[in-house]
Amino acid sequence: MSILLTKETTFIVQGITGREAVNLTRECLDYGSKIVGGVTPGRKGREVHGVPVFDTVAQAVEHHGAPIDGSVVTVPPAFTKDAVFEAILNGIKLVVVVTERIPRGDVAQMVELADMNGARIIGPNCLGLIVPEVCKMGGIGGPAKDAAKAYAPGPVGVMSRSGGMTTEISSSLTQSGLGVSTAVSIGGDAIIGSTYAELMPYFEADEQTKAIVIYTEPGGRMEAQLAEWVKDNNSRLPIVAFMAGKFMDDEEMKGMSFGHAGTIVEGKEDTATEKIARLEAAGIRVVERIDEIPTVVKEKLGVLA
Amino acid sequence: MRFFEFEARKIVELAGIPVTKYGFCTTPEEARAAAEEIGGPVVIKSQVLTGGRMKAGGVKFADTPEEAAEHAEAILRLEINGHMPRGVLVDPKAEVKQEYYAGVVWDGTAKRPLMLFSDMGGIDIEEVARTHPDHVGRGHVSNLFPIPDFEAKQAIATTGVTGSQLNRATPVLARLARLFRENDMTLAEINPLAELTDGSFVALDAHMEMENEAVGRQKKLLRKELRIAEDDDREPYEHSKFEEAVAAIDAADHRGVIQGKDHGFTGNLGLVIGAGGGSLTLTDAVRSQGGKPANYSEIGGNPSVAKACGLAKEVLEKDGVEKIAVMMSIVSNTRVDIVARGVIKACLELGKDPGETIAIFRIPGAWEDEGFKILARYGVEYCDRSVSMWEAAGRAVAKIQGEGAAA
Repeated sequence: MSILLTKETTFIVQGITGREAVNLTRECLDYGSKIVGGVTPGRKGREVHGVPVFDTVAQAVEHHGAPIDGSVVTVPPAFTKDAVFEAILNGIKLVVVVTERIPRGDVAQMVELADMNGARIIGPNCLGLIVPEVCKMGGIGGPAKDAAKAYAPGPVGVMSRSGGMTTEISSSLTQSGLGVSTAVSIGGDAIIGSTYAELMPYFEADEQTKAIVIYTEPGGRMEAQLAEWVKDNNSRLPIVAFMAGKFMDDEEMKGMSFGHAGTIVEGKEDTATEKIARLEAAGIRVVERIDEIPTVVKEKLGVLA
Repeated sequence: MRFFEFEARKIVELAGIPVTKYGFCTTPEEARAAAEEIGGPVVIKSQVLTGGRMKAGGVKFADTPEEAAEHAEAILRLEINGHMPRGVLVDPKAEVKQEYYAGVVWDGTAKRPLMLFSDMGGIDIEEVARTHPDHVGRGHVSNLFPIPDFEAKQAIATTGVTGSQLNRATPVLARLARLFRENDMTLAEINPLAELTDGSFVALDAHMEMENEAVGRQKKLLRKELRIAEDDDREPYEHSKFEEAVAAIDAADHRGVIQGKDHGFTGNLGLVIGAGGGSLTLTDAVRSQGGKPANYSEIGGNPSVAKACGLAKEVLEKDGVEKIAVMMSIVSNTRVDIVARGVIKACLELGKDPGETIAIFRIPGAWEDEGFKILARYGVEYCDRSVSMWEAAGRAVAKIQGEGAAA
């Protein structure tokens, strides 16, 4: 099995006629994903790689003749909130927001509306999610042949604040013979639709997943939230974490942002050192080196290297 | 984006929160006039974007307009933590009965703004929260629905504040929460919020920060109300020559994104690395293995040859840089061959041998075979995904340290 996506998952791409969106559509179709429509206001009647383009989400739903499961939103920051509202209020339950540089207030509004309507947001500022050999929703892993090289099916669930590192880590798990159940690029912003702790129940319920790997960075309280979740829920899943950006703990780096919008140390609790201590106190193994991940996961799973 | 106190007070005032009749002045004469208009004892406060004004002598009291002008002259010349003041604020010396704290911040876990209130104002709220947790009231507000006064009242009442104080403080906190949301703030605080001897509440000092991503849509407040210039430069530190040069190269070409920072980096190994998470991982990997990065950088979004070349050149021309390491996590959008051509071009244009200058090239992914062919031609050591980011960083460090020491 997998989380959030199956072979049958249908989705649309909002902003489908944009340059990046056209590539993303090609990649997902090649991977076998079911894209049932695209939306760009004013472009109704066109096609992108055979996918029909509509002016509104409602038109796409009507054309499909059944509820649509998901949407990948890749429109400019000023229009993203409206696009996400449109998706949610047309019955879409899984929204991947690719766009970056969206003000926090807008993201928080999207999340609140999603909560009220039983929808889930992944991102913003993310590459989406992938279930190896089943479905890819977003630019994650790149073209289908590259995605196939980095992502083989297996027992490890991956969650990462960095899109690129999602693929780097998954590729190392694939190379080591382990493979991935579902990999989610959760986004690099200060406020995101789905945090590690919020996705854990899905992995917990997924029989294929036997272990979790997370990629984390300084900034925010997402790791503390995960540590609390693990303590409170007696999870069956061993978690291996990698923390990047330890150099940001240096005095002269204080208040500076590196990598992602959310990667800025604003308080004592969100330094790398503090986060590592919290994760470890919850029994989560934090590896020092990125290349230790597959070995430590194997140890945790009792698989001999 | 941080605001000066005089701007933060204006923001508070625009939201309908009472403030004292203050004046923002840039000369001693203006300060004298402001003090005359206020009539009575005043306080002169340095307008700098840094803490510790009081300790540094940036806040002084004056009984007469002459004294106000003298203090203003001194404070206007006083540098605090490396910052020269924008001006001074001349404020009536308030008759304070009690100091409170009112603030709003983001709660990233709840994904909602969080109101904070304390009856122990005038000191750091984190300190109060630690030592007197029962004196800090909290309450989340919605991002979608109007913010009702009662939510502010509830937060305040948990601290034990009641009577007319509760009724006076409630609209202040509710309005602060509304201005936080409407103006895309990441921090809005009034500290102290003062109850004067006549029972009225005024904001005596305010601290505001706006989210950088929202600056573009807050033009009405920034330009019209606060009259902040488009090119106003109030960064917490000055950009270095390297940082400015990289930003200029990035701006000159829309394809791809490059960023460079060298604030706090002084080593001999130049880093041409990417992208967001990959750069953080690689910088740590270099440092953990004893390497000394000369800079931090990010490549992403498939930059042109010119852009990759420009970044590599800037890094190579930094003082003390002996070699560069060109490394990224697996790429799917950025093309390996284009980055390879860019960094080789940078070496050649500076009269350097690419094989000697590039300590390691580790970018696996899109168009890697084409890229590796070019690198091989110039004798550059490269590797694919079978060599981890940690190991690649280690090879670069070993090479730069082995220089001269190798047998």
